[in-house]
Amino acid sequence: MTAAIRCMIRRDLLLAVRRSSDVFTVLLFFVIVVSLFPLGIGPDPALLRTIAPGAICVAALLASMLALQRIFAADHADGTLEQMLLGATPLGMTVAAKVLAHWLVTGLPLVLIAPVLALQFDFPQELLGVLTLSLALGTPVLGLIGAIGAALTLGLRGGGALLSLLVLPLYIPVLIIGAGSAEAAAAGLGGHAQLLLLGAFLVAAAAFAPWAAAVALRISME
Amino acid sequence: MSNGFNWFKYSSPQTFFPIAGKLAAVFAVAAAIACAAGLYIGFFVAPTDAQQGDAYRIIFIHVPAAWMSMFLYMVMAFWAGMGLMFNTRLSGMMASAIAPTGALFTFLALWTGSLWGKPTWGTWWVWDARLTSELILLFLYFGFMALQAAIDDSRRADKAGAVLALVGVVNVPIIYFSVKWWNTLHQGASINFTKAPTMAATMFTGMVVMALGFWFYSIAAAMLRARCIMLEREHATEWAAEYVKGLAGNHQGRPGLKGV
Repeated sequence: MTAAIRCMIRRDLLLAVRRSSDVFTVLLFFVIVVSLFPLGIGPDPALLRTIAPGAICVAALLASMLALQRIFAADHADGTLEQMLLGATPLGMTVAAKVLAHWLVTGLPLVLIAPVLALQFDFPQELLGVLTLSLALGTPVLGLIGAIGAALTLGLRGGGALLSLLVLPLYIPVLIIGAGSAEAAAAGLGGHAQLLLLGAFLVAAAAFAPWAAAVALRISME
Repeated sequence: MSNGFNWFKYSSPQTFFPIAGKLAAVFAVAAAIACAAGLYIGFFVAPTDAQQGDAYRIIFIHVPAAWMSMFLYMVMAFWAGMGLMFNTRLSGMMASAIAPTGALFTFLALWTGSLWGKPTWGTWWVWDARLTSELILLFLYFGFMALQAAIDDSRRADKAGAVLALVGVVNVPIIYFSVKWWNTLHQGASINFTKAPTMAATMFTGMVVMALGFWFYSIAAAMLRARCIMLEREHATEWAAEYVKGLAGNHQGRPGLKGV
């Protein structure tokens, strides 16, 4: 089973590398949305410093939501997904492997570039670690929850807008806790409690979301 | 089934349809009576609040609506889960029939809360934990309805909606606590199961009677809507075709509230 999962991750990564422009679109979207906040709100450094964690979290939320349909859409279109449903590997494990590969391609780059963007907001350098860590813990949760929504809306008309309506309300705890960790750290509270909570979300989502997404996939492919 | 009552008898649309019509009629009448009584108590019997004056009287709509909004989500998720577990058609229909009523009460709770907030807090809206989680609940209802509306195959719509409703149920407490830790201004609950209510007895009575009225209304509305859904989905069957034919030949009746 581990071999099948490793193969799945390798395949998805390879596909992403061959079509690398898709990956960069998500990353660029994230960078652009983050840069829109100062343009809309004004260049006051004190204000920007306060909104930095929230703005970056919201942008990460939108960017990862934009990328969600890619998890299953291509495999659905060329029939590979049906073979995965029929395969011997438990579907939940397949979904988990796909989500992991998806996060490596679309989530990890956001986490890595976030500290640079935070500097644009005059965010204190010593707090960049907390911000990055909160994104590193939060973005996989977004991918896991989003996989359920992506599986439910597979092949439906108006998929993108519908997907955001389903998934964004479920993302709210990650947004609140994720942005809260950097804000708490900025207020001198350390932000450890929020990071631990995010870790708990990640563990719970990793344990349950792939199976819920697997059920949703079976419903969509009936 | 000779001994005992066969509950599954009413899990088929054909046998449930006439019962739903009767239940809708009975509960519609009960809802009208309870709401009239509740509003009378609320507006004429209950004393004026010492601090909030008469503005507090919206509580008789606001609190029961907020209770129903959360309760109906649980009921909806329950039926959705039953549909997934037992693969019964009627369960999914019940879940879709409840969703709009739940969304209506959620909206009503937000709307009346805003009307109440203006005179007492001095603002229409604050980003307080309860308001925010109620708003998110409204989004969850909308998501459920939008997903079902986007799927043409009704069986797939039922099952996909069920998965979403169940994921939502798991998320509701998480959302509630995360917004609670985030920000809280809303007053604590005045009614608690562990201690006596911190309000006049007549106020409490008015609220309970209104809650019963809303409850009856929800049952009546859900039954009526379930009947429409049943007719829509079962239009190819003999009993549904006969019923529709009977409607066409009989204009003077009020078909929505009568049995087959």
